[in-house]
Amino acid sequence: MSRLWPWLCAASVALSLLMLAALLTLLLTRGLGHFWPATLESVTLDSGEIIAGEAVRETPLPHRDGEEQLYFTGNRDLDGNRWRWVAIDHIAERGAPRTLVRLERSPWGDFIGYLSAFESASERLEGDAAWHALTAALAHPTRERPSATLVLQSAAGEMLRQPLNEIYRAHRPNAMSWWEKTRYWSQGVWQFLSEGPRAANTGGGVWPAIFGTVLMVMVMSVIVMPFGVLAAIYLNEIAHQGRLTRLVRIGVRNLAGVPSIVYGVFGLGVFVYGIGSSLDAWFFSDSLPSPTFGTGGLLWASLTLALLTLPVVIVATEEGLARIPDAQREGAVALGATRLEMLTRVVLPMAAPAMLTAVILAVARAAGEVAPLMLVGVAKLAPQMPVDDEFPYLHVERKFMHLGYHLFDTAFHGEDMQTAIPLVYATALLLVVIVLVLNLTAIFLRHHLRHQRGQSC
Amino acid sequence: MLAPPHALNAAYLTHFSAEQSCLNIEHFSLAYAGKTALRELTLSVPRHRVTAFIGPSGCGKSTLLRAINRLHDLNESATHSGRIAFEGEDIYADDMHVSELRRRIGMVFQTPNPFPMSIYENVAFGLRLQKRMSKRKRDDIIEWALTSAALWDEVKDRLHKSAWQLSGGQQQRLVIARTLAVQPDILLLDEPASALDPISTLKIEELIRNLKSQLTLILVTHNMQQAARVSDYTAFLHDGKLIEYGPTDQVFTNPHLQRTEDYITGRMI
Repeated sequence: MSRLWPWLCAASVALSLLMLAALLTLLLTRGLGHFWPATLESVTLDSGEIIAGEAVRETPLPHRDGEEQLYFTGNRDLDGNRWRWVAIDHIAERGAPRTLVRLERSPWGDFIGYLSAFESASERLEGDAAWHALTAALAHPTRERPSATLVLQSAAGEMLRQPLNEIYRAHRPNAMSWWEKTRYWSQGVWQFLSEGPRAANTGGGVWPAIFGTVLMVMVMSVIVMPFGVLAAIYLNEIAHQGRLTRLVRIGVRNLAGVPSIVYGVFGLGVFVYGIGSSLDAWFFSDSLPSPTFGTGGLLWASLTLALLTLPVVIVATEEGLARIPDAQREGAVALGATRLEMLTRVVLPMAAPAMLTAVILAVARAAGEVAPLMLVGVAKLAPQMPVDDEFPYLHVERKFMHLGYHLFDTAFHGEDMQTAIPLVYATALLLVVIVLVLNLTAIFLRHHLRHQRGQSC
Repeated sequence: MLAPPHALNAAYLTHFSAEQSCLNIEHFSLAYAGKTALRELTLSVPRHRVTAFIGPSGCGKSTLLRAINRLHDLNESATHSGRIAFEGEDIYADDMHVSELRRRIGMVFQTPNPFPMSIYENVAFGLRLQKRMSKRKRDDIIEWALTSAALWDEVKDRLHKSAWQLSGGQQQRLVIARTLAVQPDILLLDEPASALDPISTLKIEELIRNLKSQLTLILVTHNMQQAARVSDYTAFLHDGKLIEYGPTDQVFTNPHLQRTEDYITGRMI
């Protein structure tokens, strides 16, 4: 046994690391792989039917031996489906014609098939010329594109006329080189990051959600930090260290364990219905009965999360304050510093790394919370961003989008589960990356602060 | 047995007149959380001399030193009675400006406690708490303080480096310089060399001897030789009481009391 236990401990660490690595790998491959232009197949079935699409995955057939293949075929406007299960032994022929085109468009979702012609006011182009005209047209921003119509042909031979202005992107993956695919992939990632969602969150980008998440976390930090730091200073530096203080400290620590949805309920009851409704009655009575502050919004969500992370901030800051040797305080006081001067000039600067740790913990906790936000202001699709060029620029009463909620909504409320899956992975990856970036910033700052002072720990 | 109420008159307790002394402790008692640490101490400290407080651990010598600086104010459970007069003024009077008092009675602690700032900023710390002064004047004072603390030559090329990179002995001299910069009248030293190596200790002792031309020093030490080497007067405390107080030569070579002799020769404790 005595030989075994170090191995047992090491195995636990290894297992944890392994699971973490597995999680990150899953998110990375599935999330980023979604944007890679996949090969399109043209499949001829035994029945003579021809379909075209992207092979997504294979699973065993439910009722007999063999495998079936799931194809993403798009073209919902033609046959009402985007997906097609095909038993592999029913496939007569599989090919990957270089001219197969995939168009990303709205409102019907992707089209997969062939481009027969590009019709503009002045000319009609066919074949490769049509493709070149299409890529040239798509290189312009949406508003500056000429009005034109595409004549499309599905693999089954159905014809379709498609206005150019409904198309976002087009590619012929089978004809692309590795380099072109990489470029197309990075464009896809960029659009995902920088554009708003389309088609009820089943397509497009997540920029408003990224923006909402980061803004909400920032507003929350601005609210929670002064409160938490002042409370920690009171508990550690000013309060009489008696039974009551100990009780308060235990209470604060336990608050950190209250389920987050409870904070959501509190926020809804107190902030939204209580304070928000009163604010509306006093200052925004003109616009009643439509509420201004009396409904969920950025401010109430930030306040609720500030409340949720307050215990974390207090505890982390207090630990930092407790680590500062009394010799430092006495040294300052012995030089003629008042208590306030001692606090502001010696204690708080020395506690700055601990406060940054507090920010890290608070941000990590807040950025991942979804449950309380659903009660106090997150929206599936916010019509306006919380920051714009209209006075007063920051609109804290507006509803906002949040990556965590976006993820939940995409995963469970979309009409098409299969389309949602890669988006869910991509959004989850993004959420992890954002928390990581916010934390790394704080960690870097903390390191910088410590380094500056020659502190070793 | 209780000490006689007017121990002042006893031959083994030297007393200084008001002109000679800058600090007069009269019947001063202090208790922490109900536990008595100092009992009815009466003692006067001569101006521009080094006075050493010696005694076994827990005898109250550090407590007395901290009481002179009112550092016990930071501890809520400390209560006191009696009087400590600094230049004739009761330091525990209600109208006493505590931070001004602490500026005039500087203190150096057992472990060096430089702030996590540059060497320059450490010395400037006390100056920045006072009224604004020109950068040039501040630079002059900082150079003077570091020179007085025999540190200038070692740090003049790296004033803006972190003070935490200095050696322990240098840090302690920096703390002394930091205290000197605000030009105190009294410097309290609480075992200033106990955490240092022998060479650094010698430097600190030499510094203490040189500083008495500028100000009054009170030194708490465990080290008998150190007290004998640097101090002019020595007070022997035991169990919160002042036992013997007189010129260092006399206390060390010819103490009045058997208890003092026992302690100095290492027979007691």
